[in-house]
Amino acid sequence: MIEIVPREQPSRRLTTGVPLLAAIGSLLLAAIPLAFAGAPIFEAYGQMFTGVFGSLFSFTEMLTRATPLIFTGLAAAVAFRAKLWNIGGEGQLYLGAMAAVWVGTGMIDGPPILLVPVVLLAGAIAGGLGMLGPALLKTRFGADEVVTSLLLNFIILIFVQMMLEGPLKDPMSLGWPQSEPIVDEAVLPQLIAKMRLHAGFLLAIGTAIIAHVIMAMTVWGLRIRAVGENAAAARHAGMPVKRIFLAVAFASGALAGIAGVSEVAGLKGYLTSDLSPGFGYTGIVVAMLAGLSPLGVVAAALFIASVFVGTDSMSRAMGVSSFLADLTVSMSLICVLLGGFFARFRIRRVRTEDAA
Amino acid sequence: MMDILQIFLSDSFWAASLRIATPLIFGVLGALLCERSGVLNLGIEGIFVVGAMMGWLVAYLTGSLWLGVIAAALSGGLFGLFHAILTVPLGLSQHVSGLGITMFATALMSFAYRTIFPQVATPPRIEPFRALDIPVLSDLPFLGPVLFQQTALTWLALLMVGLVWYLMDRTALGVAIKAVGDNPDAVNAQGLSVMRLRIGAVVAGSALMALGGAFLTMSAFDAFFFGMVNGRGWICIALVIFASWQPRKALLGALLFGMFDALQVRLQTMAGAIVPGQVFLMVPYVLSIIALIIAARKADYPRALLKPWFKGQR
Repeated sequence: MIEIVPREQPSRRLTTGVPLLAAIGSLLLAAIPLAFAGAPIFEAYGQMFTGVFGSLFSFTEMLTRATPLIFTGLAAAVAFRAKLWNIGGEGQLYLGAMAAVWVGTGMIDGPPILLVPVVLLAGAIAGGLGMLGPALLKTRFGADEVVTSLLLNFIILIFVQMMLEGPLKDPMSLGWPQSEPIVDEAVLPQLIAKMRLHAGFLLAIGTAIIAHVIMAMTVWGLRIRAVGENAAAARHAGMPVKRIFLAVAFASGALAGIAGVSEVAGLKGYLTSDLSPGFGYTGIVVAMLAGLSPLGVVAAALFIASVFVGTDSMSRAMGVSSFLADLTVSMSLICVLLGGFFARFRIRRVRTEDAA
Repeated sequence: MMDILQIFLSDSFWAASLRIATPLIFGVLGALLCERSGVLNLGIEGIFVVGAMMGWLVAYLTGSLWLGVIAAALSGGLFGLFHAILTVPLGLSQHVSGLGITMFATALMSFAYRTIFPQVATPPRIEPFRALDIPVLSDLPFLGPVLFQQTALTWLALLMVGLVWYLMDRTALGVAIKAVGDNPDAVNAQGLSVMRLRIGAVVAGSALMALGGAFLTMSAFDAFFFGMVNGRGWICIALVIFASWQPRKALLGALLFGMFDALQVRLQTMAGAIVPGQVFLMVPYVLSIIALIIAARKADYPRALLKPWFKGQR
């Protein structure tokens, strides 16, 4: 017989080590599908590594890929802290992108110093409202925000397609459903000549630091954590639990919305309905790998972006399906979940007569 | 107005409603079994993909549709077992584990499909389940096309409604499953194993979910496509709340849903010129949210849902 015993104190060593172990574990586990695909394993890992660290271009590509993941990771981390299950990051990202295109393609004129913040703000508000909706349905009607925010992803994506064939369609695009380009003054500037890396990355890092300060050092952070850990106790202590919950929902949606602005105004230049290959969903993995810590989100996003960029490069070279990246990322989520268990519990062997 | 009346009088409309409802019937029943035992299974969306892919693949390789159905149920059950181990004995977050299972299952199936069929211009196809042809019954006016020209999987779904209803309301095992989702301590006090009941319910529920996926590739279509599940699993999670965790209401909910979906397709052809087609595509998801809002206020969640249970701890 084995028995599961909670540790008196969660093991600190394990708690901090788990994300790292989970990341390594998922990379090692990727060898199994690689073997099934018939690829030479060591060469494949080598390709993945050089695919990220082999050149300045590939490294900046990885940072570019990490940028939206930092935002969507923060969106999930902040929400999950308050036990608000925002699974709608994907939809909120598109809302942010749509708002950016709406105000950023000639609706208003002005210098970059004005236009860039306006576009970011528009995207943040759109994304924030996108999560405020499900949160209100939760507080008003008790409708589970997991399901509503998930279903909204599908609705919003269809809405984007509709807008791109209607009011947001670029008349010059020769029938392709894409928006007009963002005006030059609203574009997030490139950081290094000839590389796609853009100012959105710095913005993401800055946002993570601000989120860290808020969560760790302010009353707001304390309140958010209190609501997440024990809403009843927080209410008892006189905290406006509902208002905190709604504020967190707005902030979380806003962060995901900025991910969309950053992709449109920093990377693509215009909106298409395939802007995001699931950044919203991957953000959940980022947040979990980060242990819901804002600074951890940056590290986790860099790891996951490396997996995607490295696998893409390996897959082009060796003909292995690039779905391997999604597989590795999903395994890292399961690994980190399992690891969290071992940090909190010990498994003790007990003799059967003791157990009885 | 007359046109809409005509829709409701046509047998093809009711046949389509039942056809669209079929995967949802499987899915809602599966979610119902899991949740009744106290375990939310957000792996459903991925388990639909597993059923769709494995059922189709085995049918493609062996030429036997029923082997495919069995393979779908078994592999769905396997992923359910994975979710059950993470959430029941280990007591990990049911939300995160379920989302993890969905991501893992979807990625694994996509990777497997691409690895087995690397460069296909047109997706390989199978000979799917055909409409039943029962002497006399299938030729009945109206009832024939609506009920007796469906495929075998639709009938399997209807059979499962009866089976799950019988299990939950008429057997000791069903009573135990419901009890374990409401008050695991009481079940434990009676000397029954909370773990085994929950794991069993999640595995069986997941097998049912996978059959919903299998219907998509083996009856509704004849091939596997990426993204073909398209939120159907999440819709089932909303519908099970709408059905207040009762098999008969689950059937009703799925049928209502099928009706609305069949209706929107027909309205689309009528009003397509005035209203953009996408408006109609949104209908299923919007309906699910509305159903959830209607049901949420009086929803009587299984009391131990989401709560891990460990022996000897209260």
